[in-house]
Amino acid sequence: MALSGMRGLSVFISDVRNCQNKEQERLRVDKELGNIRTRFKNEKGLTPYEKKKYVWKMLYIYMLGYDVDFGHMEAVSLISAPKYPEKQVGYIVTSCLLNENHDFLRLVINTVRNDIIGRNETFQCLALTMVGNIGGREFAESLAPDVQKLLISSSCRPLVRKKAALCLLRLYRKNPDVVNVDGWSDRMTQLLDERDLGVLTSVMSLLVALVSNNHDAYWSCLPKCVKILERLARNQDVPQEYTYYGIPSPWLQVKTMRVLQYFPTIEDPNTRRSLFEVLQRILMGTDVVKNVNKNNASHAVLFEALALVMHLDAEKEMMSQCVALLGKFIAVREPNIRYLGLENMTRMLMVTDVQDIIKRHQAQIITSLKDPDISIRRRALDLLYSMCDVSNAKDIVEELLQYLSTADFVMREELALKAAILAEKFAPDLSWYVDVILQLIDKAGDFVSDDIWYRVVQFVTNNEDLQPYAAIKAREYLDKPALHETMVKVSAYLLGEYSHLLARRPGCSPREIFTILHEKLPTVSTSTVAILLSTYAKILMHTQPPDPELQHQIWGIFNKYESYIDVEIQQRAVEYFALSRKGAALADILAEMPKFPERQSALLRRAEDAEIDTAEQSAIKLRAQQQTSNALVLTDQRPPDNGSVPVGQLALVKMPSMSHSTDASLADQGLAQENGTLSKVDPQAAPPSADLLGDLLGPLAIEGPPIAASSEQNLVSGLDTVPSASDALALAPVVEQSNSVQPIGNIAERFHALCLKDSGVLYEDPYIQVGIKAEWRAHHGRLVLFLGNKNTSPLLSVKALILPPAHLKIELSLVPETIPPRAQVQCPLEVVNLCPSRDIAVLDFSYKFGTTMVNAKLRLPAVITKFLQPMSVSAEEFFRQWRSLAGPPLKLQEVVRGVKPLSLPEMANLFNSLRLMVTPGLDPNPNNLVASTTFHSESTQAMVCLMRVETDPSDRTQLRMTIASVDPTLTFELKEFIKEQLVSMPTAPTASTVPAPGTPQVQPSVPSATPTDPGAMLAGLL
Amino acid sequence: MIHFVLLISRQGKVRLTKWYSPYAQKERLKVIRELSGVILTRGPKLCNFVEWRGYKVVYKRYASLYFCMCIDQDDNELEILEIIHHFVEILDRYFGSVCELDLIFNFHKAYYILDEVLIAGELQESSKKTVARLIAAQDSLVETAKEEASSISNIIAQATK
Repeated sequence: MALSGMRGLSVFISDVRNCQNKEQERLRVDKELGNIRTRFKNEKGLTPYEKKKYVWKMLYIYMLGYDVDFGHMEAVSLISAPKYPEKQVGYIVTSCLLNENHDFLRLVINTVRNDIIGRNETFQCLALTMVGNIGGREFAESLAPDVQKLLISSSCRPLVRKKAALCLLRLYRKNPDVVNVDGWSDRMTQLLDERDLGVLTSVMSLLVALVSNNHDAYWSCLPKCVKILERLARNQDVPQEYTYYGIPSPWLQVKTMRVLQYFPTIEDPNTRRSLFEVLQRILMGTDVVKNVNKNNASHAVLFEALALVMHLDAEKEMMSQCVALLGKFIAVREPNIRYLGLENMTRMLMVTDVQDIIKRHQAQIITSLKDPDISIRRRALDLLYSMCDVSNAKDIVEELLQYLSTADFVMREELALKAAILAEKFAPDLSWYVDVILQLIDKAGDFVSDDIWYRVVQFVTNNEDLQPYAAIKAREYLDKPALHETMVKVSAYLLGEYSHLLARRPGCSPREIFTILHEKLPTVSTSTVAILLSTYAKILMHTQPPDPELQHQIWGIFNKYESYIDVEIQQRAVEYFALSRKGAALADILAEMPKFPERQSALLRRAEDAEIDTAEQSAIKLRAQQQTSNALVLTDQRPPDNGSVPVGQLALVKMPSMSHSTDASLADQGLAQENGTLSKVDPQAAPPSADLLGDLLGPLAIEGPPIAASSEQNLVSGLDTVPSASDALALAPVVEQSNSVQPIGNIAERFHALCLKDSGVLYEDPYIQVGIKAEWRAHHGRLVLFLGNKNTSPLLSVKALILPPAHLKIELSLVPETIPPRAQVQCPLEVVNLCPSRDIAVLDFSYKFGTTMVNAKLRLPAVITKFLQPMSVSAEEFFRQWRSLAGPPLKLQEVVRGVKPLSLPEMANLFNSLRLMVTPGLDPNPNNLVASTTFHSESTQAMVCLMRVETDPSDRTQLRMTIASVDPTLTFELKEFIKEQLVSMPTAPTASTVPAPGTPQVQPSVPSATPTDPGAMLAGLL
Repeated sequence: MIHFVLLISRQGKVRLTKWYSPYAQKERLKVIRELSGVILTRGPKLCNFVEWRGYKVVYKRYASLYFCMCIDQDDNELEILEIIHHFVEILDRYFGSVCELDLIFNFHKAYYILDEVLIAGELQESSKKTVARLIAAQDSLVETAKEEASSISNIIAQATK
């Protein structure tokens, strides 16, 4: 051991340690800084040893948290020293003292570069380490090529190369352009052959960064990574010093698996098989052991393997193994494992459909919500939030509400927001939703954001049945002695709008309501006072016959506030006073608020934004994006931002109030648009004037821009100018929001995707989402349609009819006529296949939203290939059958042109998804694919079908296809169907959600327009 | 990646800091203060992870000293926990059952060693033997330089006699 003594430094450190308090420490430090400053001033007399000593002292002081605003130059200048000891100190202190953007660093770029390209290995190491730790963009641009050279140099020793790899990683992070993909991907592949595991570990970290940005360029690294993983997992040829508690470098294993998670799939069946063997071994072979470090290391590998399995979404059995393991983990005593179990369950929900299995652990997860460890509680909350759906929403939300009263302060806001979102998304009935939100405000008012109570108001306004209930509830809360101000706001709003519905109940006469609300006024803030004033005006309007005494009282209040300091309140008081003297006209002006247009919940949006903030570029996110959505719970779908939803979120809340707005034209437009959509939702609504003023008077308008000080006449003139407002309506760009309901996503692409898989979304528009999930067994099929209402109002006159082709027997169970708000109904569908045909069943589907009739004719993915069962055959068997089925009509051959170009593995994947089992290596020509399968129908036994596809490597747009089976119809139909798939297959990676031009779109009010005719659609596709 | 490494004593004294992402001195202090507040107050038998400002901090206590590393949310927590232990084992081997005092008075050594374990917030070397060899080589380079220097000053002293 060589502890180089530096007495001065040790003395200083122990002086600082001996200080009794912070004040003494500061004095000692200041004294030392003064000393160093004077010593640096006459630098001439400093020996290298002294210089080193002072620079270390500076770093020590800086580390303790004191500002050191001089002496940086001395530290940096040591980098240029010729001798190792000084240089070493210079590099290390500089990299601790300075940040990447510091000007002084620029001064040494040249010295650093000379050290990197020089012959001195130890200098190279120092320079690479510093650049790796604090190098910025400038370093990236001037040093990256030199660093790359060192990394691939055969004459450099591992100690330099591993540093070069991580240094390059840093430079790449600062500026990805410094690595030129073209040449570099081959180099990376070669680097993976590295024997030194230290170098390999660093190279693997570099590779993680490279593939996370651009996995396409690094395909060739994939098989090598699998090899490395195999070698480590089997502990083959791993030097003793690279095993950690008996585990072959757990870090390298983890990194390698991380790299693999950035590739969307693994196409080569052999590579895939080897990888799955390794994963299986890790999943099954990891036991809990006593030694903490061994346990941690093996579980680090295990959790990474779990993530990789989730990503590859392997055979279902492996997935269920994962869930079983996680289920075990969340119940163990070891807190780290419990934490990670919960975290990974949440991740798993993001990528696959395992809701049902995870629900079995609900009780255990709820227990974790009461764990002594806040980290674990947070994970439990997140998991409960992700696993919540219609079936368990009541339980989960009630648990959350209960937990709210005891939860840590730091968690309450998140908890309140999550409870509110879940209550909204999955409310089994809306009165429950109202209960939850009111409880939430009552228990944690400080943590309930305005968005939450705005939302409950929207729901109540849009659902008439709910209004009396909500009013009663609001009234009940007012009896409580201590009330949160948010509760006053929401109660005042609800009672202003709907208290007249309760007039006959005890304690609910207008006067009683007014009295109890008015009690709260002295203690609330101005924004609440404004709402109360609106409420009083509404109470007055609803009091029929008028109650002179109440009127007198309320007028008195209006009078009092006419000179109030807050201009908003002043204005309201003046206007309400004037309006309430208008007599009968008042009823029109203060009519109930019209329904709100449907819009995405501001809460959901907030939650989504928060997610986006925290995790960009993360593997899990990428993984989630790569998976095509198979979410069947409609509300998980995010409505598109591109105009399919009629009005931007919360537009109403922030709506400028009519003619007062300083920017009149803007206001007009806003109003007109608002009206445009309103009239669409409910064309029979009150005349426009009432709408406008309803909005104006509503408390929600308080969020609008400050209103210029103008009052009665202005408002009344506003009233008089109603015609001009409707002019604006006519001029407004209503055309853009045409009455047609546009489907979200491309229907044809959705259908094609469903031909290849068994669950997914069949159709979606702003109001409804139709999901499908299918199981196929021989000639039977069982499909479930999931009809999900995305709105807060019910969908009416829902009809679904099947137009089956002759060869299918289809029975659809009863479809309910109404889909309640935010609910999802399931309609099972039984399919029996009678004979081979490529005709397609059509689902004629319609519903009514408001007065809009929407009709869609959707092709059902009950296509011919769904009745195939893949079958593997030996080469011998294949050729025997192939020869026995000689010539047409049993064996048909066709040259297909205009094929969408696919690589061979991609094409093999396509056939496998179509249930034609590709047997690699069976055909001697590597450019050919051979596949086998059996076809099932009710009338016949299973029939063998064989296929051979000969591709032309020089022209991927054409191929020759031969299909053979014992039935001529089957041969023909299958050939035609596969041809369609090859020619019309949509370009999967570029699939956009914007409906492509020319694709059929559902036209409401034109029930059976020609473009939706399935035949026409097919023709269009061919 | 690891954004920073902190060594904090049970009393909240900073023993070592290393920042792989740029933080100004003010932010550094704030981070240290916040995290000491969170981590030092955590009881025993809780998990080794703390969620903090959208990141995760993996920490472990060794006697009176807390080793903390801050990572991204979806990094592998246990892997980092064992990097901490790996670092501690290397320190232990170098100092011969390391204690807090060793790190206080030889904080510069701790920096040398950390630089051999991590670069750019990523693990550089997982072999303890290799790290030990490299550190020993560095030490001997410094020693040789010192001897040379003293022999030169001897020569000069002799010559000027």
